Amino acid sequence: MLEIKNLHVKLADEDRVILKGVDLVVPKGEVHAIMGPNGSGKSTLSYVIAGRDGYEVTEGDILWNGESVLGMEPDERAAKGVFLAFQYPMEIPGVAGLTFLRTALNALRKKRGEDEMNTAAFMKLVKEKGAKLNIDVEMLKRPVNVGFSGGEKKRSEILQMAMLEPTLCVLDETDSGLDIDALRVVSEGVNALRSKDRAFLVITHYQRLLNHIVPDKVHVLANGRIQKTGGKELALELEKLGYAGFTGKAA
Amino acid sequence: MAAVKETIDQVKTIDVDQYKYGFETNIESVKAPKGLDESTVRYISAKKGEPEWMLNWRLEAFARWKAMTEPTWAKVHYPKIDFQDLYYYAAPKSTEGPKSLDEVDPELLRMYEKLGVPLKEREILAGVQSTKVAVDAVFDSVSVVTTFKEELKKAGVIFCSISEAIREYPELVKKYLGSVVPQSDNFYAALNSAVFSDGSFVYVPEGVRCPMELSTYFRINEKQTGQFERTLIIADRGAHVSYLEGCTAPTRDENQLHAAVVELVALDDAEIKYSTVQNWYPGDKDGKGGIYNFVTKRGDCRGHNSKISWTQVETGSAITWKYPSCILRGDYSRGEFYSIAVSNGYQQVDSGTKMIHLGKNSSSRIISKGIAAGHSQNTYRGLVSAHRKATGVRNFTNCDSLLIGDKCGAHTVPYIEAKNSSAHFEHEATTSKISDDMLFYCMQRGLSEEEAVALVVNGFVRDVLQHLPMEFMAETQKLIGISLEGSVG
Repeated sequence: MLEIKNLHVKLADEDRVILKGVDLVVPKGEVHAIMGPNGSGKSTLSYVIAGRDGYEVTEGDILWNGESVLGMEPDERAAKGVFLAFQYPMEIPGVAGLTFLRTALNALRKKRGEDEMNTAAFMKLVKEKGAKLNIDVEMLKRPVNVGFSGGEKKRSEILQMAMLEPTLCVLDETDSGLDIDALRVVSEGVNALRSKDRAFLVITHYQRLLNHIVPDKVHVLANGRIQKTGGKELALELEKLGYAGFTGKAA
Repeated sequence: MAAVKETIDQVKTIDVDQYKYGFETNIESVKAPKGLDESTVRYISAKKGEPEWMLNWRLEAFARWKAMTEPTWAKVHYPKIDFQDLYYYAAPKSTEGPKSLDEVDPELLRMYEKLGVPLKEREILAGVQSTKVAVDAVFDSVSVVTTFKEELKKAGVIFCSISEAIREYPELVKKYLGSVVPQSDNFYAALNSAVFSDGSFVYVPEGVRCPMELSTYFRINEKQTGQFERTLIIADRGAHVSYLEGCTAPTRDENQLHAAVVELVALDDAEIKYSTVQNWYPGDKDGKGGIYNFVTKRGDCRGHNSKISWTQVETGSAITWKYPSCILRGDYSRGEFYSIAVSNGYQQVDSGTKMIHLGKNSSSRIISKGIAAGHSQNTYRGLVSAHRKATGVRNFTNCDSLLIGDKCGAHTVPYIEAKNSSAHFEHEATTSKISDDMLFYCMQRGLSEEEAVALVVNGFVRDVLQHLPMEFMAETQKLIGISLEGSVG
């Protein structure tokens, strides 16, 4: 279970406060969506969960399975099962997708005290999981995200998620830059990973994604706080009325 | 137990071989007195039992050296070297040194462990002094060494120490020694010519493709070639040879100053590929100690359609001053330079190449990847020139630098001189930093910070890694990761 308690976050180098007391609980087995206008702190929330530098938590805590993650390095959090699908995945020139996946997988296994996966088992797994996302091995021989289309980048993020099998999946605007077909493929990939052992936090601007990945709960984040929580119908309501009611101005 | 008996016999053969070919067994363990004058040169030559002509060649070099001054144009800083305060000759096998691995610097052992160097080889590399160790070590590679020598002999390839070549093949040595790097070429080359200790000699006869990679690594009986190494490689018409120098594991070395000379000669249609992995002691975390490496490496594409290719991975030494070059004398000759230079701590690297186009339609290619971390300074310095009579020459240069942290420096100093209007020279250069975002991305996927840096850097150098012999690639990737340990955070 993910528990975010009264989380206050400011930028490390500036005085700007971004999150002003976020409270959120996502039990395992559930998918929660976070919606909100630009600049409401959605991406910040995802980064702070994953442990990116540049933010300072001034108050509150983030617990995953009852354990605070705030003192952990990003790789330690990953070992605890935290995964962030990036809005803008980074390019890593010269490093083939297969190398990246295998290095990451074995780094995690090592941290968890498991044996490294051998090449044969790894290739079998990656082919199997890749096929479901229309990713063939040729694409994975290319350097990570270099020259990838928007759709390829997002599919590759979901493949990483499928391979690393995290238990807390944070998806940051996974729908941005996707056409209808790519959106469907990506959503199916995510839905295939839904299970009673896994919690999802899906961050998005638009209700569109939530037609494909149907959430158990929808939270509205605005002005650095959760302003409203509801069922999936809340997303439809927002689509109609916009965020104006939460920000005090027209979105 | 036939197998055991066989092994023992083989080891005996090796022992005999060592006695026969290993020059060190003929020399008593003594040092020449400190300092350098004509008598030192005579002493070295006499100790090696060299013929008159070789002594004269050395003396000539020494006379030239006395009139020269140290070069100061490189972007490196170090205290002035007192050349009269050095030993110029020590018998290859001194009795000093650790008696067992227990006495070896634990830091060194930790690196061997990480590199996956077999236990027996660790002892050799660390310079453990014990005959038993030497024999044991031979055990592992015994068949390799014997079959290796036999196969080369069958092919007609000469591969021996330069001292042996001076005695056994004087005509070849006289003809080619100093023909690429003359005695007076530069300060350090002149010094090397006067006092060189030993090194490798390779001659591949006409039309022969050397049946295997030649590697200093296998020449275990000549492991301590000393600080002034001299290497001469000749590929006769249509011959083909690949030579591997150095080793990914750090080697223990007492000498702070190294000034090697390597000469390559490729005749018509011949090809030489020379790969180096250099990982000498870079000094401690404050930059104290560490090897000064002043090397002159040059290849002469003397023949029509000849080719010389340099590949280097430089991770060690406190100071590296090194410019493996190609003189593209033959028409249609080709020169290549692929380089990875990693610097961390307080290391200073000033390295690059010269491609001197003299022949018509000669072409060259330079790919240089410099990685600077810590407080290090990493300079690429290169020259590409076309003679006025050399029509139709081409060069492509790509110099990329990667910075890790904000206290290091990367510099690119390319000289381009085209004296012929048909020359076609291309130059690309980039400088980039490992971004926090890239590291965060990798770490989010489970890599530690050091693993993330190693992964990103190995991606950066991939174009060059591909040119290394297969067996070196994986080791080199690990080595780069280890060299950059502690460079972030």
